[in-house]
Amino acid sequence: MADQPTATERFIQGILPENPVYRQLLGMCPTLAVTNSLMGALTMAGAVGFVLLCANVITSLIRDLLKPHLRIVVFTLTIATFVTIADRFLAAYLYQMSKTLGPYIPLIIVNCIIICRCEVVASKQSPGVAAADAIGQSLGFGLSLASLAVVREILGTGALFGIRVLPAAWPDWVIMVLPPGAFFTFGLLLGCVNWFTARRDARKQA
Amino acid sequence: MDTQNKQKTGGLKANYLVQAWLVIFLAVGFGVALAGVQLALGPVIEQNKLNETLARVPELVLGSDLAQKMAGENQHLEIDARQVAVKKAGAEKYYGVYEATYKGDRKGWVIKTKGQGYADTIELLLGLSPDLGTITGLFVLDQKETPGLGAKITTDAWRGQFLHAPADQPLVVVKTGASKPGEIDAVTGATISSRSVTALINATIKDLRQPLADRPADTGKGGNANG
Repeated sequence: MADQPTATERFIQGILPENPVYRQLLGMCPTLAVTNSLMGALTMAGAVGFVLLCANVITSLIRDLLKPHLRIVVFTLTIATFVTIADRFLAAYLYQMSKTLGPYIPLIIVNCIIICRCEVVASKQSPGVAAADAIGQSLGFGLSLASLAVVREILGTGALFGIRVLPAAWPDWVIMVLPPGAFFTFGLLLGCVNWFTARRDARKQA
Repeated sequence: MDTQNKQKTGGLKANYLVQAWLVIFLAVGFGVALAGVQLALGPVIEQNKLNETLARVPELVLGSDLAQKMAGENQHLEIDARQVAVKKAGAEKYYGVYEATYKGDRKGWVIKTKGQGYADTIELLLGLSPDLGTITGLFVLDQKETPGLGAKITTDAWRGQFLHAPADQPLVVVKTGASKPGEIDAVTGATISSRSVTALINATIKDLRQPLADRPADTGKGGNANG
């Protein structure tokens, strides 16, 4: 296992070099659907982080017992359990937020970021590495969602966290908080990230 | 016999159930954990839903101005929650009915009702005057109509049309320019959502007119759920 990345490497990779949204283009459903407000995006990122951490640690603990052809069943079972716990918890303590996010919390079950991390990291490495990887990936996911949500909420409603930040003269671009705005914003931000990375790499080579 | 089986199936190790012991074990363990979570959080979630409804009752019965004034003077309506069953086409339909009283006087009714919208179930709170003659308020508890079109049924402007509408005749949805009392303007581009809400209100009033009119103005009975 000497060639496997260490816990620190896994943690750092998750934030930008292997960012789940901007690099791996995984988890598009919540990325596009819940980023019309920053509060919703952060709640979603928190829920995904909780599920990812629990699923990664449990999968890592039982990794020697996994049979190759039954591993996906075990991943899905573990993920579904923690998603249900997160969903009930939100409904009990953040009732309004759970109504806003609606079906997207149960849909974390099919979020491919989590099953991808279980497959790539947790089923091969120790619980410590798996936990570090889960935290890194969750931070990367949270930052990506927050970046989209900040742009969309400010341009779409002129406010952030529901507090007005743009002058009243700003004509709220309602389309930014509607589904098309998600695609515009994501496309532009993804382009920016790729452009900066390409420029940095070119400088390194020069 | 045993050796024959081994040859045919590859022995005990190839048995699906044995191979899946981990899956079965985890499924049972997770099932127990989820049951525990549901036991612990279920009542909290139910209470959240009830609180959301109860918080809306004063505004739906008295109108927002008077409701705010009462809240400002720290006075509260007494709310009596109950289930009313209506026999309809062989099946029983249940409505959540909240009777609002103040110092023994009935101030009005709030009814929780749900039905099919354009996209998914729409859940409404409908405020009615004590004599069931007038609609005193409408609130959309839950809907998944198209954002930007059908979702406009939740706006104050659209819901406001139902204020003071007569409840003794069915409401009618018109596409442009409601002119008579009892006419409701459809949301542009969302006629089906508008019709669903209006039809739901009409059906609810029709179903409950008799059961509620028969009820004497008694309070004090049942669980008083005033805040």
